[in-house]
Amino acid sequence: MSPITESPAPARSAKRTAAASSTPTGPKESPLSRISAMTVMLVFTLYFLVPIWWLFVAGTKSSSQFTSTNPLWFADFNLIQNITNLVAYRDGVFLKWMLNSALYAGAGALLATLFAGMTGYALAKYRFPGRELLFNIVLGGVLVPATALALPLFLIFSQVSLTNTFWAVFLPSLVSPFGVYLTRIFAAASVPDELIEAARLDGAGEVRTFFTVSVRLMFPALVTVFLFQFVAIWNNFFLPLIMLRDEALFPVTLGLYAWNSQVNQIPELRGYVLIGALLSIIPLIVLFLLLQRFWRSGLGAGSVK
Amino acid sequence: MRITKRAATVALLTAATVVLAGCSTSASTSDTAADCAPADGKVDLTFTSWIPGIENVVDVWNEANPDIQVAVQTGPNGNGGTYANFFNQLEAGNAPDLGQIEYDALPNFRVQDGLVNLASCDGVMDAQANFVDWTWGQVSFNEDDAVYAIPQDSGPMAMFYRADLFAANNIAIPTTWAEFATAAEQVRATGAYITNFSQSDINQFAGLVWQAGGTWFGNDGSDWSVDLTDDTSIKVADYWQDLIDRDLVSTQPPWTTEWDNAYNTGAAWTWNSAAWGANSIASGAPDTAGNWAVAPSPQWDAGDAASGNWGGSSTAVFTGSKHPYEAAKFALWLNSSSESLTMLNESANLYPAAKSGLDLPVLKEGVEFYGNQAIYDVFATASSQVSADFVWGPTMTQTYNDVSDGFKAAVSGKGTLAEALVTGETATIDALKAQSIPVKE
Repeated sequence: MSPITESPAPARSAKRTAAASSTPTGPKESPLSRISAMTVMLVFTLYFLVPIWWLFVAGTKSSSQFTSTNPLWFADFNLIQNITNLVAYRDGVFLKWMLNSALYAGAGALLATLFAGMTGYALAKYRFPGRELLFNIVLGGVLVPATALALPLFLIFSQVSLTNTFWAVFLPSLVSPFGVYLTRIFAAASVPDELIEAARLDGAGEVRTFFTVSVRLMFPALVTVFLFQFVAIWNNFFLPLIMLRDEALFPVTLGLYAWNSQVNQIPELRGYVLIGALLSIIPLIVLFLLLQRFWRSGLGAGSVK
Repeated sequence: MRITKRAATVALLTAATVVLAGCSTSASTSDTAADCAPADGKVDLTFTSWIPGIENVVDVWNEANPDIQVAVQTGPNGNGGTYANFFNQLEAGNAPDLGQIEYDALPNFRVQDGLVNLASCDGVMDAQANFVDWTWGQVSFNEDDAVYAIPQDSGPMAMFYRADLFAANNIAIPTTWAEFATAAEQVRATGAYITNFSQSDINQFAGLVWQAGGTWFGNDGSDWSVDLTDDTSIKVADYWQDLIDRDLVSTQPPWTTEWDNAYNTGAAWTWNSAAWGANSIASGAPDTAGNWAVAPSPQWDAGDAASGNWGGSSTAVFTGSKHPYEAAKFALWLNSSSESLTMLNESANLYPAAKSGLDLPVLKEGVEFYGNQAIYDVFATASSQVSADFVWGPTMTQTYNDVSDGFKAAVSGKGTLAEALVTGETATIDALKAQSIPVKE
């Protein structure tokens, strides 16, 4: 028994040393394929991380050193100074944009998740005429890019004088066809009909059943929808670009874009755009780390059943 | 069930159509308000501009004019999205009263009937004498009795150069393009480049054609003509093609880190650019402070005195504005009062289009970065040497894109600059036809 179980371990370590001298041995786990897999992963990791690293390094430099020093390594560390300058520029308009983004994305994603969850749940658990038609229309909605809807939305909002208001960006964010799709699949798989029956027998109304029983079971899916929607709203750029003209309403993406387009006139703005971009991705990173646990299980849950 | 659903859909669609139709009629009736009479009582205007710090300038106006209050709206620069927004807003009937429009985009708005002719507004025609002649040509399209915007700033071109490097290497400052090519060889011998040919700045190239006396577009009142390939344009294109072929100029994309770096490290020695470019060099190449100077643009024939223009914008009043009289009054103040022009120069380096603006005290001082040379005197002279004949076409964004594609290819060895102009001309004529704009061929 013991020689058999122990034998793979030395073999493996032998393979590892063998790999260094590039003589592949056993057919089971070819170091070549292992190395190539690792290489591919490493390349992609670098591909994704280098721009963020560059952004971080650039954000710590003073404007005079920005062009004259190695773009991927630090010069004098001016991060705090840069952030202070950015926040002070134009009476802190950058902070206002960050707050706007947080409001659009936070409140928008929360309500969108609620609506999508309720719709998906209803589509999964109630039988009513036109259910499939409705679901197919929602599925079609997944295919329509948000960009294509921006201009028609602008014309519609113009009719009711809502352009250039908070609502012009907020209301369209509340719709998430993908969320409806995901929550429907998830509710069908994870909310047993028997449990709903039981709740009804205990005298709970439909709304109460949804909020006290079903929501808990659907939680991973709801977190996933929230995260997706939050990122989508945070990164949404075209809709605010078309709708908004008042600087005080801008989300951070549009604000930074506007600054970046003025770099030819005011070259100092380049530094502010860089440090602003760095700060603007922090909320997304934090949110991902906090919700990672939930949304991972959420993505996997629907797939096996 | 299905029938009721269809009925509901039809009802919804009908309602939407009625709403849309209702609004478009109301939008077209407001067009007739362009007879330019003062309103009774207080007027509120909206003004969209992407100039950083313009709200401070407008605050000064609002303070002094309680009856004409202006609210500033903003966005990215024109081609970055604000022009597209203007067209959407004109379509939807909620365009602002006033908007910033660069000279090269004005014909597009004119063709789409987006601009109010301000000629009948009080004081507008009298203001002509106060603006540099060619800038007035840009906003009137050289039509009689027509003013479609008030000129704001301009970009007369001259040559920024590294005075210290030219002196240290005993190379004469070129005054003609022939001398420039000779100097380019001498500079190349030291390992550096005399300048960078910006592969995507068609505006800069247009400025060089403008200086050489070329014109790309024409309009006889009914038809447009397109001529990107006249002898002058081809002459300019061939000149730069030759320098590129002989590796005498670098070809980095403009406004990038590499581009800044080339100037900062002395790898590039000159830049033929506009007055507003002074700040680009100063902030992009901080290590070279004090070593730069400005000379007039090299000429095609010795003894000539011609200059080109790169950039510049105007303030236009959009159709649909109910108060063109007050809007014109504000636009005139914004672009010709010394108070406003000084502030605009300080906050955004705008170089005025108003003649009086060229003599602002702030534009008479020596500039430290340029060895205390009073560089704006050179630009003031250049401004008076810009031809008034140059006309922009109504589809400039498309023209820029098409020519720029060709330029980028030429720089990497596929095709030539002249071929890019030929392609650009064909594409522009097609684009005009596609929009039913009459073209003469």
